[in-house]
Amino acid sequence: MPAVQETVEQVRAIDVDQYKYGFETDVEMDVAPKGLNEDIVRLISSKKGEPAWMTEWRLDAFRRWQTMREPTWARVDYPAIDFNDIHYYAAPKNNPAPKSLDEVDPAILDTYKKLGIPLREQEILAGVQTSKVAVDAVFDSVSVVTTFKEELAKAGVIFCSISEAMREHPELVRKYLGTVVPVTDNFYATMNSAVFTDGSFVYVPKGVRCPMELSTYFRINEKNTGQFERTLIIADEGSYVSYLEGCTAPQRDENQLHAAVVELIALDDAEIKYSTVQNWYPGDSEGKGGIYNFVTKRGDCRGKNSKISWTQVETGSSITWKYPSCILRGDGSRGEFYSIAVSNGRQQVDSGTKMIHLGKNTTSRIIAKGISAGRSNSTYRGLVSAHRKATNARNFTNCDSLLIGNKCGAHTVPYIESKNATAVFEHEATTSKISEEQMFYCMQRGLSAEEATALIVNGFVKDVLQQLPMEFAVEAQKLISISLEGSVG
Amino acid sequence: MLEIRNLHVQIEDKKILNGLNLTVHKGEVAAIMGPNGSGKSTLSYVIAGKEDYEVLDGEILLDGENILEMEADARAAAGVFLAFQYPLEIPGVATMTFLKAAMNAQRKARGEEELATTDFMKRVRAGAEKLGIPQDMLKRGLNVGFSGGEKKRMEILQMALLEPRFCILDETDSGLDIDALKVVSDGVNALRSPDRAFLVITHYQRLLNYIVPDTVHVMAHGKVVKSGGKELALELEANGYADYKTLAA
Repeated sequence: MPAVQETVEQVRAIDVDQYKYGFETDVEMDVAPKGLNEDIVRLISSKKGEPAWMTEWRLDAFRRWQTMREPTWARVDYPAIDFNDIHYYAAPKNNPAPKSLDEVDPAILDTYKKLGIPLREQEILAGVQTSKVAVDAVFDSVSVVTTFKEELAKAGVIFCSISEAMREHPELVRKYLGTVVPVTDNFYATMNSAVFTDGSFVYVPKGVRCPMELSTYFRINEKNTGQFERTLIIADEGSYVSYLEGCTAPQRDENQLHAAVVELIALDDAEIKYSTVQNWYPGDSEGKGGIYNFVTKRGDCRGKNSKISWTQVETGSSITWKYPSCILRGDGSRGEFYSIAVSNGRQQVDSGTKMIHLGKNTTSRIIAKGISAGRSNSTYRGLVSAHRKATNARNFTNCDSLLIGNKCGAHTVPYIESKNATAVFEHEATTSKISEEQMFYCMQRGLSAEEATALIVNGFVKDVLQQLPMEFAVEAQKLISISLEGSVG
Repeated sequence: MLEIRNLHVQIEDKKILNGLNLTVHKGEVAAIMGPNGSGKSTLSYVIAGKEDYEVLDGEILLDGENILEMEADARAAAGVFLAFQYPLEIPGVATMTFLKAAMNAQRKARGEEELATTDFMKRVRAGAEKLGIPQDMLKRGLNVGFSGGEKKRMEILQMALLEPRFCILDETDSGLDIDALKVVSDGVNALRSPDRAFLVITHYQRLLNYIVPDTVHVMAHGKVVKSGGKELALELEANGYADYKTLAA
């Protein structure tokens, strides 16, 4: 872990209440009035130029949503959300979408520069062929720039915003949208179905190994704008794709609602690797401000011997409610969930996964590492289940919690259900504290308290960091240290 | 080099050190011996700067500078090294990574350049070889799954790499078989120099056959009750600590 020193320097450079990404971009916005009703749903749909079936799909979701209640079973506590006090649509006014980076508002590009987003198009133009990352940058609700499109097109890979996919590839969207997370799935997913504004769409054709990592950086910018992303990734038979999602948001006093839906579909022998680094504004040290993150992420291993792997590093948001799951439908399919959840200040995290074994010889693996500091609370909530037909289902779960200080909490809530006698599920869990003895040992060798904490924490999460693509792993390591700043001493 | 004057220390209202005085000169190897509970380990922790110990009175001077107000990491950078009786495990942190982080942290604190990776590797490899530490052990988590002897060797390797001027060995012989004891002692002896002083804390005289001290101090009830040359250790070995247990009471 060569990044440790660098990490610590970065930690020093940043003040607790000076959230690094807390700046606003001054771009004229096109904002819908606050509130949620059928007119708003129609407005969103027409702004996107959607076909009639899509408008109906949204309206159906909206009507369902009106009959639903907010879930309360998670171990999180927050004031009631007034869903009519939120803008459900915001877009920069310089539509239509630009065709190249030159056409993008310089203020937006500057924002990305501050965030360090690797928009590598210039490098490519200059002939610099380093590691390839295609970025579909989402600025509030409208996709502004999509790079690498042509190179991907050569391989037959479709990577675009979901609005564009609805126009260009309606048959694919119609065939797969809502098939993993049904319209009626849960309160937030149903709301998302009604009002989602944009997101990414990926289709990898049969037998194609996607030539580069695909990446989307989300950014919430307009005040009081709920961000409702919708992502749909389909890996056709025998294909492979790795997708990276990174998130940062500017600082706000009002809490911002985020309710995304991500659907992954892997057909026979296909593999999808989905990695997330989430560092949205967590609120200040008193818990003021911060993002509410209610996300539904689910993958469907629909084909035989397919594989879906979720890797997440969660350091941000004041409330996190998130359970990336796998439905292991195809015989011999495999699901993986690797997670690092870091909470500090007054953050509350309720996160985990579901591995639903339906097919024969399906396997799954869960490695969850929770780190709690400050007055935060972190809960791992997981379900592993074997259906009657899931002969020889196998799961291995390992949940470790690390506590820093004595005002935080870590909780583990595993659910295990087996309806097949041949299923074998293993569960391991540990809770530990960074001991004063360990700290003293490290400090005796010359490490400061901050450096010692960073080192011990990085050791704790190593198994999961190894699952991330290299560039992300370094970023993630920095984020973890930044998030834990001020938790010792 | 190190001068301790009238040191009074307590932990959780329990008085451990009662006006301890001790002087260790440059280039000297001083042994501290004493029965269980005499405060030997407390002394090593207080010199190294472990929190939880409350210093009620007295001072510890390292080359004339009072180090009591310094944090443990600052003392380390100033050249204090403690070889732990029970070295801690740091899971997931490769030994090599830890060594580099420690060396560079100290260099930085002293305003020196960080070590180039090649230079660092060279030093570690050479040091490990001398102590019979296999290379693959350096890739494993620090002290995780190491045997007692391996942990102690690792402590000496760290000592060699960090080049401290004042080294404390806390019961380094405990848990070592005779072969490991010899390797560790050789490692320590190789570091003896006119600019470096050692405080060797031990319960038994055995270690002092290998690391021959210049002076021997006997501790009882939280202070030094007798000082002498290396022959004092042999005397203790023959007569036991019984005399000293009553002496200070």
